[in-house]
Amino acid sequence: MATSADPSLDDRETESRRDPADYEIPNPQPRPQGEEEELLRIWARPRGWRIISAVNNTVVGIGYLGAAFLFFLLAGVLALLMRTQLAVPGNDFLSQELYNQIFTVHGTTMMFLFAVPAVEALGVMLLPQMLAARDLPFPRLSAFAIWAYVVGGFAFFSTIFFDLAPDGGWFMYTPLTLKEFSPGDNADFWLLGIGFIEISAIAGAVEIVVGTLKTRPPGMSLAKMPIFAWAMLIFAAMIIFAFPAVILGTMLLEIERSFGWPFFTADKGGDPLLWQHLFWFFGHPEVYIIFLPAAGLVSMIVSTMARRPLIGHDLIVVALIGTGFFSFGLWVHHMFTTGIPSLSLAFFSAASMAVAIPSGIQVFSWIATIAASKGKFRINTPSLFVLGFLFIFTIGGLTGIMVALVPVDFQVHDTYFVVAHFHYVLIGGMVFPLFATFYYWTPMVSRNPLSERVGRWVFWLMFAGFHIAFFPMHLTGLRGMPRRVWTYPEGVGWDTLNMVSTIGAYIFAAGVLVFVVDLIRRFRPVITGGSSPDNPWQAGTLEWLPSDVYSTRSIPLVTSREPLWDQPNLSKEVEEGRHFLPNAPTGERETIVTSAVDGKPQYIIRMPGPGFAHVAAAVFTAAFFLLLTVKMVTLAAACAVAAVVAFLLWSWGLDKGPGKGEVDIGGGISLPTYMSGPSSHAWWAMVVLIIVAASLYLSYVFSYLYLWVVSPQVWPDAASSALPDAVWPLASAGLVIAAAGLVLAAGRLLPPPGRKSPAVAVCLALAGVLLVAALGLNIWSHWQAGVRPAQDAYGAMVYMAAVLDGQLVLAVLFLLGVAAVRSVVGRLDRVWRVSYENAALLSWYCAAQMLVGLVLVNGFPRVAG
Amino acid sequence: MKQGTRIPALAKLLPFGTLAGCAGMQSALQPTGAEASDIGTLFWTVTGISVLTFLLVLAFMAGALKGSPGLRRRISDQRTIVACGIVLPVFVLSGLLTYGLLVMEAGSTRTASAEGPGITIVGKRWWWRVVYETPDGREVVSANELRLPVGRPVAIRLETEDVIHSFWAPQLGGKLDMIPGRTNVLTVEATEAGISRAQCAEYCGGAHAMMAMFVVALPPDEYDAWLAAEAQPAASPVSALAAKGEAIFAEYGCGACHTVRGSAAAGIVGPDLTHVGARHSLAAATLANDRDAFVRWIAQNQHIKPGNLMPPFDMLTPEELAALGAYLDGLE
Repeated sequence: MATSADPSLDDRETESRRDPADYEIPNPQPRPQGEEEELLRIWARPRGWRIISAVNNTVVGIGYLGAAFLFFLLAGVLALLMRTQLAVPGNDFLSQELYNQIFTVHGTTMMFLFAVPAVEALGVMLLPQMLAARDLPFPRLSAFAIWAYVVGGFAFFSTIFFDLAPDGGWFMYTPLTLKEFSPGDNADFWLLGIGFIEISAIAGAVEIVVGTLKTRPPGMSLAKMPIFAWAMLIFAAMIIFAFPAVILGTMLLEIERSFGWPFFTADKGGDPLLWQHLFWFFGHPEVYIIFLPAAGLVSMIVSTMARRPLIGHDLIVVALIGTGFFSFGLWVHHMFTTGIPSLSLAFFSAASMAVAIPSGIQVFSWIATIAASKGKFRINTPSLFVLGFLFIFTIGGLTGIMVALVPVDFQVHDTYFVVAHFHYVLIGGMVFPLFATFYYWTPMVSRNPLSERVGRWVFWLMFAGFHIAFFPMHLTGLRGMPRRVWTYPEGVGWDTLNMVSTIGAYIFAAGVLVFVVDLIRRFRPVITGGSSPDNPWQAGTLEWLPSDVYSTRSIPLVTSREPLWDQPNLSKEVEEGRHFLPNAPTGERETIVTSAVDGKPQYIIRMPGPGFAHVAAAVFTAAFFLLLTVKMVTLAAACAVAAVVAFLLWSWGLDKGPGKGEVDIGGGISLPTYMSGPSSHAWWAMVVLIIVAASLYLSYVFSYLYLWVVSPQVWPDAASSALPDAVWPLASAGLVIAAAGLVLAAGRLLPPPGRKSPAVAVCLALAGVLLVAALGLNIWSHWQAGVRPAQDAYGAMVYMAAVLDGQLVLAVLFLLGVAAVRSVVGRLDRVWRVSYENAALLSWYCAAQMLVGLVLVNGFPRVAG
Repeated sequence: MKQGTRIPALAKLLPFGTLAGCAGMQSALQPTGAEASDIGTLFWTVTGISVLTFLLVLAFMAGALKGSPGLRRRISDQRTIVACGIVLPVFVLSGLLTYGLLVMEAGSTRTASAEGPGITIVGKRWWWRVVYETPDGREVVSANELRLPVGRPVAIRLETEDVIHSFWAPQLGGKLDMIPGRTNVLTVEATEAGISRAQCAEYCGGAHAMMAMFVVALPPDEYDAWLAAEAQPAASPVSALAAKGEAIFAEYGCGACHTVRGSAAAGIVGPDLTHVGARHSLAAATLANDRDAFVRWIAQNQHIKPGNLMPPFDMLTPEELAALGAYLDGLE
């Protein structure tokens, strides 16, 4: 049956019911000549300057990680400048103005440009290897995200050299960051830089969710997935729910700064605390967004160095999920001193303590695994960094419990005690695991490993320097030194402690410097040629399979969580091409898509190769926002047009169609090369994107209701003339529903394969027109009722709903337009339909959001007033 | 020594010079207030528990790395993970949470017991307006120093006229933010007489580092006497130099921003100077309070505290500055 060319659904279902034991793996026959050469040709990296068009995850992953590490070094230099300034009281090494810029850029860079991108980069680099996928499912999307991040990140960071850097703190509290108190462009550069990180983080999250759920090797059920992939899956889910809050927050802040819509101005019914809620609803999960992948890496390294599977694996997975869940119930613990009611304080205090339990489970599971080592636990540089992580992170966790106690937080909040606490958590919880990762995984991507001998120096310098720098800060804070002060008076009891901290910071930096020297001497990425050592740690997971530019020679059938330990000869079989997809049957880049839960093969995904359109899209998008920030509107508009053109060029070729039929992937099975509907990776990605949009909208609904609770006096009552007559929202709703119906009708009208259909194009175009009309009518109805966005918080919130609908409508128009054109040129039919499905899904979500908005904005004041 | 307080000779502190001997005057670990004492006890309790927990983890790590096979087997038992990673934390954390909530509750009780006239502190960039209420209901405006009666819980209303600030006097108790559009009430009770230091704890831009003040706790009778004196208009200049200073103060329009009750100066942009000479510091604990400091501040304030709203009067002659210094220093 496997060779049948009939792509009927029944056959595929039979396929996914098959037991892995039935696959004819390893393939008995020898592989045909020239097969590997073809793989090499198809997956070849672009040479020379064309490397910027590359999309291979190993290439962009290293670039991504390198850029993130560069930001770590740059922000570290800023930290040294601050420590130098604070070494002695009353110092004037840095001016007040520069210091305020430096601590803002240090925090922002470390959190947004280093920590999150670094763990995303590890996901891009390691996940496909651990899953033995040939690449991530959307290679150009990752490359786009990275280019946007690199351009935006360096533009943001360079402001420090021009005295243009933001100086409102990485948390950018309003009203300090509103136009009145921060009149320059500085704060806008912060918002700009963060905008890019938001884009790249979301793009990365889509990639990682779909990658871990859909591109695992055959046989790898969720239960057999490496723990790092679990951590990354939860990481991506957290980004999807947490980042939209800060995306909305930054939108509101930039709109208030530019147009005076008073979301955060108390005099007009806004509330500065709204910003804090939005920021910390993102900001606290952010800490775990950084920590969870690191914990996943630690789990992998501990297991390898103990030469045995992780003890408490299932508990750890539950702990990861629990951490992700709890982390959304903690944000108010950053706001204990804002005067919120004691019942809320009690709730958030309890939640903040509860999150310690999943961390406790992980710590004791790691220790248990170390204790259960086969022989002794191997001590080398990666494991030293892991042990250092356990040591530091435990202290950080315990001081975390202290600050979760509300009365203690009343004292230590915004002091150096908290500075000490979160550096223990973040450097201990993320930077030490990252260095363990550098030492552990370098042999996977480099011809040489890093030096073990030098590694000991790096570890001990960093470990000692860290404690000398940050341990005294607990005491400095308890003795009353607040954070974010550029200098301090002599004799309050802070002088010696600060000097010690400064010395420690330099020792830590020396450790990092030694690492950089070793990196320069030893790191020779295999993407420049040559090959890496063979599984030097005798690890059990798939990233240590022999690999080349095409990833592994064939994609293994996996029957265990540590396949290299439990499946003898796997490396050899894979390298001889005796597992799945040893060839390139469609003649293009491809990998296997498997079912989300049990890892049964479903179809072959055909992936795009190197290209320039996504690079241009990233650069022009970055240029657009940058030019807008410096108020060069005309040029900005030109860049926007260029970006849209680039997006069109990029997306046009993505829906490749069913033309290649079914192909044999070895093991006695054939798979289709095209898939639509809920099995397809595109469908999953669109659903993830819709969840992002829905989270964003939920943040808006929260903000609307929150401001109403704070300032009901600016909301109109039911009888007010400021509410549009009910006929207008009803008419808008009718248009929206009609648009959704037209999209549905277009789906029914899709022609048989090979035919063109103007009727489909007309339906889709008309749907777009109706959505725009509904939006316009909605805006007009409030305008004619006399409501203006800058008048008060109510007006601002009314028009903000339209802004959110508007950006969504733009995206829908883009997709509908592409689908309409495709239907006219014969690239859209009943089978070749992914372009239509994506457009339909997003337009239905758009319709739903607009209807919710109409009910909220027009209905709520009538009920509540 | 000013205003007959019992504070040792700290009066002429040099906040940005030397505070030798006053280390700990901003320390949460040396409480001189009821709330700070309660929190201190809670803090030491949780610190003790944390140290024990940390030692436990270290012992496990040592056992896992170097222990006998039997010990390693016990550490690697899944039941150990459940006991140490779940059961133990649940019990310890529940106890701590309850204790913490009880301390919070004690604070609320104190708030309920705060009767009598309160104090309003308004955060400004980068100083504090302090408004006392007298027993007969009048308001007395002062700035950049807080005086409190010992043993009497006082409700302090915290407000701001610009960005978010946070009032924090660590020796008395925890901090509470000053947020636009809101009034937060913090109740403090000084338990012993003395002087301590408070500082803005929420980053408020620019010279946030120089937004501090001294908190002077006085025995209740001395406090009442001081407040009665503070309510009086400014003293007249006692020397010819000071009288000349008063004239210069008027001539250069200082009264447009500053109030000196009993004179024509009635500005509200800057700190009230009616009794400025009696305070322990200038410019929100940025400088000591003496004639030289006044002179330096008036001429070079933008260098000392960059970005503050006061223009630098560096066009004044040394003689004029000296006269102004004499006048202001005499406003006790």
